[in-house]
Amino acid sequence: MADESMTFETALKKLEKVVQELEKEEVPLEKAIELYQEGMQLSKSCDDKLKNAENKMVKVMNEEGKLEPFDDVQGD
Amino acid sequence: MRNQYITVTALTKYLKKKMDIDPHLKQVLIKGEISNFKHHSRGHMYMTIKDQGAQIRAVMFASDNRHLKFLPEDGMQVLIEGNVSVFEAFGQYQLYIRSLEPDGKGALYAAYEQTKEKMEKEGYFDQQYKKEIPAFPGNIAIITSPTGAAIRDIISTLKRRFPIVQLTVIPVMVQGEEAVNSILTAISKVNHMHTFDTIIIGRGGGSIEDLWAFNDERVAKAIFHSDIPVISGIGHETDFTISDFTSDVRAVTPTGAAELAAPSLIDINTHLRQMQATLTRSTQYIIQTYKNELENYVSNLQRPNRLFREKEQYLDKLTDDMLHHLKRIYQNRLHTYQSLSIRFSHLNPKKQYQQLNETKKELTRRLDRQSKQILQAKKQQLQLYIHQLALLNPLEIMKRGYAIPYNMDGDIVSSTAYLYPGDDVTFKLKDGTLACSIQEVWRDEKDGR
Repeated sequence: MADESMTFETALKKLEKVVQELEKEEVPLEKAIELYQEGMQLSKSCDDKLKNAENKMVKVMNEEGKLEPFDDVQGD
Repeated sequence: MRNQYITVTALTKYLKKKMDIDPHLKQVLIKGEISNFKHHSRGHMYMTIKDQGAQIRAVMFASDNRHLKFLPEDGMQVLIEGNVSVFEAFGQYQLYIRSLEPDGKGALYAAYEQTKEKMEKEGYFDQQYKKEIPAFPGNIAIITSPTGAAIRDIISTLKRRFPIVQLTVIPVMVQGEEAVNSILTAISKVNHMHTFDTIIIGRGGGSIEDLWAFNDERVAKAIFHSDIPVISGIGHETDFTISDFTSDVRAVTPTGAAELAAPSLIDINTHLRQMQATLTRSTQYIIQTYKNELENYVSNLQRPNRLFREKEQYLDKLTDDMLHHLKRIYQNRLHTYQSLSIRFSHLNPKKQYQQLNETKKELTRRLDRQSKQILQAKKQQLQLYIHQLALLNPLEIMKRGYAIPYNMDGDIVSSTAYLYPGDDVTFKLKDGTLACSIQEVWRDEKDGR
């Protein structure tokens, strides 16, 4: 099942597996419905993870080993 | 006269002084081939420099050879700068090398080749040690110069492809004296922080001197030993640094390294959409299939005779099949029986019996013949015996005039000893008996002795 602690990578892999499972011949109807629901949940979870992930700021490590914003890229 | 002799030491000192003040010997530029190279444990290097016509002993002191970028070896063609002087203790003139570099390809290139060969032999480049790069990185450490094209290329590529990844620049000197230590410190720091899942180590293209820090054995080894997977993107396509060989993945350029470090978000989204579509389509297809099947059953139920007819047909087919099978089985058995009976007829004992009977008859014939022969022989022998016996018959003897005396008891009297005068005896002759009385007994002398 798609629980929230799952990483994006795990969720995506599970989703791929569910899709493969569904494409097999002779899936019992109940199993098919179950797989469909799980797949939709996983796909939503993946979507959410991507949408909610903020675009990150680039950081730079200063000489003391502290991280500060990187004033990146001349002219960017 | 004696005062004109000088010591060996004095002579040698004189020669040394002569050489040391000679301006031509103070600084000589020589090219030749190294042989008998020996790197003494105390750091000095000893060797012979030779060409086809001559050779000269040479030494390079530790203080001079410390900065050599390559390790001299036998057979290497070299360019030498140094001076010639005398080593007094051995009375030997020799070359004191101050600087040395390979003739032909540069010193750096030679050093590069040596380090590469050595580390390859030691297994640092082996594919089995390569770590897997995370497919969806969360935090990438970028070890490179904070200025210049490389960092710009890496950041812009990653922001475009996968803007949700955290990027952290670890600024380092990528060339010059401090470069090696600076890079080593950065790799060590990143590994100690436990927040990164991928390292990109990069530098734009340049000459072999510019890229030198990445050919340093210590840097290459630090990359090899990094717990976090390292993607290298150093220089241009044609340049391979030693670090490129020890990194887990080597990209051709810094931009290439960024592309290998993270997937494209657009690609992922497309993939997700495709999977969602497949999910729905597959499920609908499955439902439709079951629906069709159900409808099929329902329509059959509405017209039960169709079901019945189908079963009838099926029964016919089964019956046919069964008959067919039975026939085949019967044919099979028949065939087996026939072949067995042919084999059996070959096994009939009649022939053997006839043969044995023939033998028996033959033996019987032989037995008959034999027994007849034996019988005949026995008959002849018997007649012979009978004839002989006839000759021995006492009656026969009596026929020739002999008589046999018997006493009154009827016993044969074989000696005069048994008879006395007055005894009655009878004599049997061939044709009757005589009754007689003994008048006198005359015994033979022989007996009456």
